[in-house]
Amino acid sequence: MDRRKVEEGIFKVLMLASAFTILFLLALIVATVVVKGLPAMSVAMITQTPKGGYYLGKEGGILNAIIGSLCLAGGATLVAFLLGLPVVLYLNAYARRGSLLAMFTRFSFDVLWGVPSIVYGAFGFTVMLFFGLGASLLGGIIAVALLILPVMTRAMDEVMRLVPPELTEASYALGATKFETSVKVLVRQALPGIATAVLLAFGRGIGDAASVLFTAGFSDSIPCSLFRPAATLPLAIFFQMGTPFPEVQERAYASAFILTALILAISIAARLSARRYARHVVR
Amino acid sequence: MILALYQRSRPILALKPLATLLCSTTWQPLRGLFGFLPFIMGTLWVTGVAIAIAVPLSLLTAIYLSEYAPRAVREWTAPLIDLLAGIPSVVYGIWGVLVIVPLIKNHIAPLFGVISTGYSVLAGGIVLAIMVFPIIIHVATEVFRSIPAEIREASLALGATRWQTVKYVVMRRALPGIIAAIVLGASRAFGETMAVLMVTGNVARIPSSVLDPAYPLPALIANNYGEMLSIPLYDSALLLASLVLLLVVLLFNIIARVVLLKIEGGMR
Repeated sequence: MDRRKVEEGIFKVLMLASAFTILFLLALIVATVVVKGLPAMSVAMITQTPKGGYYLGKEGGILNAIIGSLCLAGGATLVAFLLGLPVVLYLNAYARRGSLLAMFTRFSFDVLWGVPSIVYGAFGFTVMLFFGLGASLLGGIIAVALLILPVMTRAMDEVMRLVPPELTEASYALGATKFETSVKVLVRQALPGIATAVLLAFGRGIGDAASVLFTAGFSDSIPCSLFRPAATLPLAIFFQMGTPFPEVQERAYASAFILTALILAISIAARLSARRYARHVVR
Repeated sequence: MILALYQRSRPILALKPLATLLCSTTWQPLRGLFGFLPFIMGTLWVTGVAIAIAVPLSLLTAIYLSEYAPRAVREWTAPLIDLLAGIPSVVYGIWGVLVIVPLIKNHIAPLFGVISTGYSVLAGGIVLAIMVFPIIIHVATEVFRSIPAEIREASLALGATRWQTVKYVVMRRALPGIIAAIVLGASRAFGETMAVLMVTGNVARIPSSVLDPAYPLPALIANNYGEMLSIPLYDSALLLASLVLLLVVLLFNIIARVVLLKIEGGMR
């Protein structure tokens, strides 16, 4: 036997084994959530708020957290989109090729992407203290918007960079201004990528717990004002896992199930939307 | 961000030098003693275990996916790995509590004759390793893809086996990129909060083995925010902790990104 062939074989087995281990772990995680969460699901679970306090009360569901999470992630995605889109348009339509500012901006978004969410939470909290704001839906939206801004901006930037320069040049040749070109050509051409970026950012925002822990707080009721604390699914999981009552833990499992299903749906939707909107793109 | 956090952590820095704070082991906020060492060590232990598990597994997978796997397999696994990256950290935490913690308590700890609650460095390390997989695999496959096919073909044409090509040609060329991938993974593990908070046990003592409980830095911040305004200097100490966390992660990320930019630049 050739030693080289043996070595090749050994490593090939090792590689396959590790690839399968990773896929197996993924399946195991999803299976655990489904097995624990599915029995806990019921109509009451998703249509009622917890009765008698989320930590102790044994009745009721997690409607407060579902609504809170959707409001929070939706608001944050909107804020991040409004802040991120002009930056991306600047980078792609206005900045000169190889401009130092553009390079530095991209680099800092890459670095910000790696900052832990708890730091965003702590930072959001100090900002809120500065403005004299308590834990509120608004505070949570600000912290999560900061958290997802780098994800969204970099994802949108990547697709806009792929827009062929001939298209923008054609638009300039027709006498369009930079602004018209960026809105009517760049945005339209990059629409599928933008939709994916928004969905990805929404998914990241809805799943994050550490940044909303001090900024959005937690409450038993459905959020009705920007200045009141709001419940979120990740925190519903975290707090209700910690109780000694199985009935309350059920709520945590149900929340985990809903959250995972949401994230799954979002990532599938992101893939589909990329394909669907691709029709409008000029090739 | 750095400035804001520094501003808030100044009161405690004015009282004690940074070195004393970072190296002292007593954490008794009520007596005004803030020693960060147990938390820093806790973070380092958990991150170390996570990286030790994640690096071999995810590198082998990345090599398999980029060098061996047929196209169809690659197209099927990419979305699955993205999915792994998208699962929220609390869900990893739940999974850790339901699966890993009992596993360690009932099977792994007795194997070494140790009694453990299961909430330990090892549990945190395993959960973190799974969270780090997608990052390392993603960055490493990008790096492998940036290596020109001609180089591989030259090696194969000389009669080298595939594995030899990977070992002597691809790996050597990709080494800086692989290190960058590992550093990015480590910085994610370093700052991860919720999952770790749920499975490491949170005992403020320097762990001496992987089966001991630990209390990582991010968990400290998350756990104590509620009461921090009621004890003098406490908020300042916690914000100093998040400042330290931010600086370490920023440093890691900047190094890794510079290396990756260099690789990308070399390609053009």
